[in-house]
Amino acid sequence: MEAEDLGSQCGGEKVIHALLLVALVATQDTSAGKTVYVKWCAGCHGDTGAGDGQGARHMIPPPRDFTGAIYQIRSTPSGQLPTDADLLRSIDEGLFGTAMPGWKSRLSDRQRRDVLAYIKTFSSFFADTTQRPQPIAFGRAPSGTDAKLGRQFYDSIGCRKCHGDLGRGDGPSAPTLKDDAGHPIFAANLHENWRFNGGGTVEDIYHRLRTGLDGTPMPSFSDLLEQKFLSDEQLWRVAQYVRSLSPPEAPVVRDVIHAPLLAKALPHSPDDSAWTAVDASWFPLVGQIIRKERWFAPAVSGVWVKAVHTADSIALRVVWDDRSQSPDSAWLGHLGRVLKTLESDDSTPEQPALWPDQLAVQFPVSIPTGMERPYFLMGSPSTPVYQWRWSSSSRSTAVAGLARGVDRFDPLSSAGVAAQAVYDHGQWRVVFTRALASADTASQLPFRTGRAIPVAFFAWDGSNGEHGTRMGISTWYFLALDEPVPARVFISPVLAMVLTLGLGMLVVRRAQQKTSYRRQQ
Amino acid sequence: MNGRIFSVVGGMFLLTVCSKGDGSIHAAPPAAQPPTPAPDVSAAGGTISGKVKFTGVAPRNPAIDMSEEAACKAKYPTTPTEENVVAGAANALANVFVYVKSGVPAGQTFPAPATSVVLDQNGCRYHPHVFGIMVGQGLEIQNSDPLLHNIKAIAKANRPFNVSQPSAGMKTTRTFSAPEVMVNLECNVHGWMKAFLGVRPDPFFAVSKQDGSFTISGLPPGTYTIEAWHEKFGTQTATVTIAGTETKPANFTFAAH
Repeated sequence: MEAEDLGSQCGGEKVIHALLLVALVATQDTSAGKTVYVKWCAGCHGDTGAGDGQGARHMIPPPRDFTGAIYQIRSTPSGQLPTDADLLRSIDEGLFGTAMPGWKSRLSDRQRRDVLAYIKTFSSFFADTTQRPQPIAFGRAPSGTDAKLGRQFYDSIGCRKCHGDLGRGDGPSAPTLKDDAGHPIFAANLHENWRFNGGGTVEDIYHRLRTGLDGTPMPSFSDLLEQKFLSDEQLWRVAQYVRSLSPPEAPVVRDVIHAPLLAKALPHSPDDSAWTAVDASWFPLVGQIIRKERWFAPAVSGVWVKAVHTADSIALRVVWDDRSQSPDSAWLGHLGRVLKTLESDDSTPEQPALWPDQLAVQFPVSIPTGMERPYFLMGSPSTPVYQWRWSSSSRSTAVAGLARGVDRFDPLSSAGVAAQAVYDHGQWRVVFTRALASADTASQLPFRTGRAIPVAFFAWDGSNGEHGTRMGISTWYFLALDEPVPARVFISPVLAMVLTLGLGMLVVRRAQQKTSYRRQQ
Repeated sequence: MNGRIFSVVGGMFLLTVCSKGDGSIHAAPPAAQPPTPAPDVSAAGGTISGKVKFTGVAPRNPAIDMSEEAACKAKYPTTPTEENVVAGAANALANVFVYVKSGVPAGQTFPAPATSVVLDQNGCRYHPHVFGIMVGQGLEIQNSDPLLHNIKAIAKANRPFNVSQPSAGMKTTRTFSAPEVMVNLECNVHGWMKAFLGVRPDPFFAVSKQDGSFTISGLPPGTYTIEAWHEKFGTQTATVTIAGTETKPANFTFAAH
């Protein structure tokens, strides 16, 4: 009898079937898996696997609810169960861009297999032999690339509806998205493939297009191939196009922003062509979970920073992806879902409001002489920090001031800092400018070349419920204003080359003269 | 050791479900024991017929902003609205799913009709908005709009799915393996698009019309619990006894909050 027929007959062969079933299920030892699960998984996924552990209300997306057996990352068609290999991959590698870490280095092979078997016991679908997963036979990527074709089908199959025209997750439907349980969910920012839940390679992207991400708004596009509305090659081109939106490698965090000296005028505009020649540094942001009110779900994953200076001024360009140009009433529904999903420190739940997007750049009040720096999280009452603050509610201005802790900011009357901002397809680009010198050296940092100036960043996405202490934060990094390179740096090597060459030729010539003299003799 | 015990218990559980034979759990496909001939629903049996009404003032259905979808917007002479509460004259309530919740003899099975139920996406709305289907019967989802819809089924007893239809003329057929009231269908591209699907193991269900009327026919003699389900107003039940070839009334009145 075929295994598929198990359980399909409930007549006289009940006992045999029941025994067979027991034998099948018993081959995996779930008691050992339970031990691993209780120790490592239950904190988020809950004792009963319902995704309601203690940590659950501090994360978006929330932990998987195993009782429904609905899994995003699969090799099977939409609606089918994942294979064991699919589940093991998520356990081993984790789910990028979420709170789920990879367990390959922490748990043994045996432990991971045991916990996999145990997780499957939370849903009766896995015991149902009619629900056997059948992986899709994925082909291979066609040779070469065709970005134009990929872009064409990106538009025609409607990716832009959620992921946006430029792929930053800012499409017209983006504010309305929620998962099966009603939790808020973002359309992926396709420029950050290192945060794609199921991996960021062309193959990973193609597989997600074929299977969909069950439980989320991301559908499967396999039916298009079956009904010949799209060819397999065309779908691969879409995957290649999506991959091309992210950098070749995930950005590596460098400690120092180098601000070159410009011979021409300072670029005040975010889209000034002078910026194209300057290197950008990536600084990741994390939720502010140190002081109340804490924030566990920052929407801004990081900032790209460039800086330049002239003889007397500095310009700092901060670019970050943000799906919403806050305040925007279209995002109020999303905001309400975020506040409902996350546990709040407040005794009374906060009501959604139209908060703006904000950014703060932080420096010490003066360049420290030793290793000591002010507290990175906005200083302290005794050791304040100097900040530039920008808000989307008055986007062409910036305020300078002193922060004396995470909840105290005192603006300075003679700010001296200016800002220009552009919002474009899910991205903010803001340029801050200021004179290097400072009239008030007691509170406003004077910028000097050749010194490592501590700098930190803070970002708020108003439409995600971020305001006050609810924000994304970075640690201290450094800004270095490159010193003008003296002319001798360029001339000395040339001079040395000429001298060496001249001396060398002299030696050769002398030697030749000697040789010819001896021959003559 | 514990694992083994669990497995045994798991196996017994399935067995129990199986022997109930009413397919109330997804894991149990239709029982194939002594086949009970399905009654000819159209000809014989009793009928339950009634009307659904509501008291109070019906909430206004929100207007749908279709400005992102010109092709859909063009299909309406005036601004379309959602269909949360569809009322007829004299407070009649349409789109109520009425079905026999219990009373059908255990072990009696009903073959799924060979014809599929069609769900059309037209004008960025689902047609029909509330409907029923039998376990194993095909649900043919078609797209009459020249733009992307995704169809997501949110289910518990059945496997959920989420498929895309970016072109007009696309068709996808799906089946449901277990009874479930209701499976929610939604489109994530157009957040207002919702449909509700009642999956039943028997053909004893109906959806109230614009005048609030519904008819369930072909019922063998017995005492039945009838449930009426509405997406905003919740559920109500009634008990009806059918003795033979007769028509019995069952009326429901919901309270608009």
